[in-house]
Amino acid sequence: MIVLLIIIPLIGALAAFLLPADRYRPWVVAAVATIHTVLAVQAVRTKMGQAASDWLQLDPLGGLVLLVISTIFLICAMYCIGYLRLRANRPNRVFCTALLGFLAMTSLIALAQHLTVLWVAMEATTLATAVLLYFNQNRSSLEATWKYLMIGSVGIALALLGTLFLAYGALLGLGEPTLLFSDLVRRAAHLPAPWVRTAFVFLLVGYGTKMGLAPLHTWKPDAYGEAPGVVGALLAGGMTTCAFLALLRVYRIVDAAGQGRFARELLLVFGLLSMATAAAFMVGQRDFKRLLAYSSVEHMGILVLGIGLGGAGIFAALLHVVNNALTKGVLFLAAGNIHRAFKSKRLEDVTGALRRLPLSAGLFLAGFFAITGSPPFGPFVSELSILTAAMDTHRYIVSALYLILLAVIFIGMGSTVLAVVRGVPPEDAEGRSFRESPFKTIPIIVSLVLVLGMGIWIPRSVSTLLHAAARLLGGS
Amino acid sequence: MIADSILIVLLLTNFFVLGTANLRSAIHAVAFQGLLLSLLPLFVESHLTLRLVALVVATGSIKGVVIPGLLLKAIRDVHIRHEVEPYLGFVPSLFLCAIGTALALLFADHLPLAAADRAGLFVPASLATLFAGFLGLTTRRKAISQVTGYLVLENGIYVFGLLLYQAMVVEVGVLLDLLVGIFVMGIVLNHIQREFASLDTEQLSRLRE
Repeated sequence: MIVLLIIIPLIGALAAFLLPADRYRPWVVAAVATIHTVLAVQAVRTKMGQAASDWLQLDPLGGLVLLVISTIFLICAMYCIGYLRLRANRPNRVFCTALLGFLAMTSLIALAQHLTVLWVAMEATTLATAVLLYFNQNRSSLEATWKYLMIGSVGIALALLGTLFLAYGALLGLGEPTLLFSDLVRRAAHLPAPWVRTAFVFLLVGYGTKMGLAPLHTWKPDAYGEAPGVVGALLAGGMTTCAFLALLRVYRIVDAAGQGRFARELLLVFGLLSMATAAAFMVGQRDFKRLLAYSSVEHMGILVLGIGLGGAGIFAALLHVVNNALTKGVLFLAAGNIHRAFKSKRLEDVTGALRRLPLSAGLFLAGFFAITGSPPFGPFVSELSILTAAMDTHRYIVSALYLILLAVIFIGMGSTVLAVVRGVPPEDAEGRSFRESPFKTIPIIVSLVLVLGMGIWIPRSVSTLLHAAARLLGGS
Repeated sequence: MIADSILIVLLLTNFFVLGTANLRSAIHAVAFQGLLLSLLPLFVESHLTLRLVALVVATGSIKGVVIPGLLLKAIRDVHIRHEVEPYLGFVPSLFLCAIGTALALLFADHLPLAAADRAGLFVPASLATLFAGFLGLTTRRKAISQVTGYLVLENGIYVFGLLLYQAMVVEVGVLLDLLVGIFVMGIVLNHIQREFASLDTEQLSRLRE
């Protein structure tokens, strides 16, 4: 029963809301996350193709995203046990409820086979994440949440408009305004081109806003900068992945309608623009959480660039979805520990993290090497595959720009990260009470081990799933 | 056709929302637009069904009464001043809105449309309203007047959604109103935080440094 993947987190959310004691709520979240991961793995192994209704079905693309969000959520849920114990003075009822609501809605996105269902789930995810962002309840977090909601809602409104345009195209071309992916893909040849193109532009801008593609990324630095590290990990690893899935669903229809070339050109432009914007803001960045936000903009750019290249680039982009999500888990959670220990996220106050927090700072450094594409970590393989895909299709200018931007980002990100980890920690006693307890470090280590694993040896089952998903999108 | 007359009034309301300097009358205009919208489904569907009645009542009460009421209450409660304070002056924004409306009419002519929709004004009115809303959203300085822009944008989507009445997507737009409700809550919270800034414990700890 794939519906359980949505229902169990919802029941968990209700339980977390009703539970009177703050102390036990993180355990409910962790328990639900564990059950969800077990169910998700089992569903992908044995229930592929199973449909709960016309609107909900598990396919390779959704299965891949489901595994990614379930894994990153489990890692974050385990981390939350330690994090919420540290922040025990804050009530966590609403936070834990929103966390499980987030899990339910992202699972719904993964399973949705209908554009309207997908849109509703995306909207609900936006609401849940707004609550998560406001956890600290101070002025700056309110400002970040406001900005996120305002920009996000314009994005979500444009995505709805794109959905309506596609439905109108279906009404004209197919005689009925169907929004089922299977219907649209199968009969895509009859869809009128002007509506398909207009719809794609609006859906790209709409879901691109949720992904944080430049120039629609302006909410990201504030949101990731002000949110707790664990929320940053969920947004950068989970929500953006879901928005990318929404875009892929739409791309599949547009490609089937014969407008694939048009879509890919647009994706290439957005991809390179996002990487360039990220590079410009990462060089000389003095705030290490904002640095991670721009890194997320960069990697969203890499994802759409991979799809824009088509062919082998599609497989590489899907592989990068997995690698990016897991590495973002390492980076944001480790950064969260450093932020807590130093009570600051600015370079002026944070130096010598390696001495103060050997484990977290070491993981942060390893995460930096992983995300910038150093071997032997997973992103190295996927980023290299995207380069190969670009070279193979003779897009030499794209390849050159891609390499130059990756190099600039490596240097820019590196100087900030090294300034954080090296040197001598400042003398003042603030934040001295922070200790690296197992719950705050082991989830990060697990995440890093997975990133390393994806670089050294991709399990056969994962690779089969990736290939099946890539085939759906016309890749190999 | 009555529907087209309603749509023309809708377009004129767009100009009023963009042109008025008084926040309160902008909100009243958006409420009026909401009430106009609630009448439109009656011209799309000829049979009186439960769904139709529910849609008319829900649209009228949410877009025409609840959301504008929430905005007016927010202005009253947190003493927001009544001027709109645009980045872009009123005359240029009205001018842009006029150009947008003209372009919407032209653009709609070039899109492939169903025969029934080609005759009516639904598509151009929807596109023009979207544009007006976007203009209001981007050229206003104050959060609450940005929200009025967003409401107009949403109304544009609603009009387009009516063309797809049978696909049941109009109703989904109500979720956008939920977001608006949350915005307004955010504005109120923000003002409360500003007013009590001196009592904020974090502010007190900052003073030590």
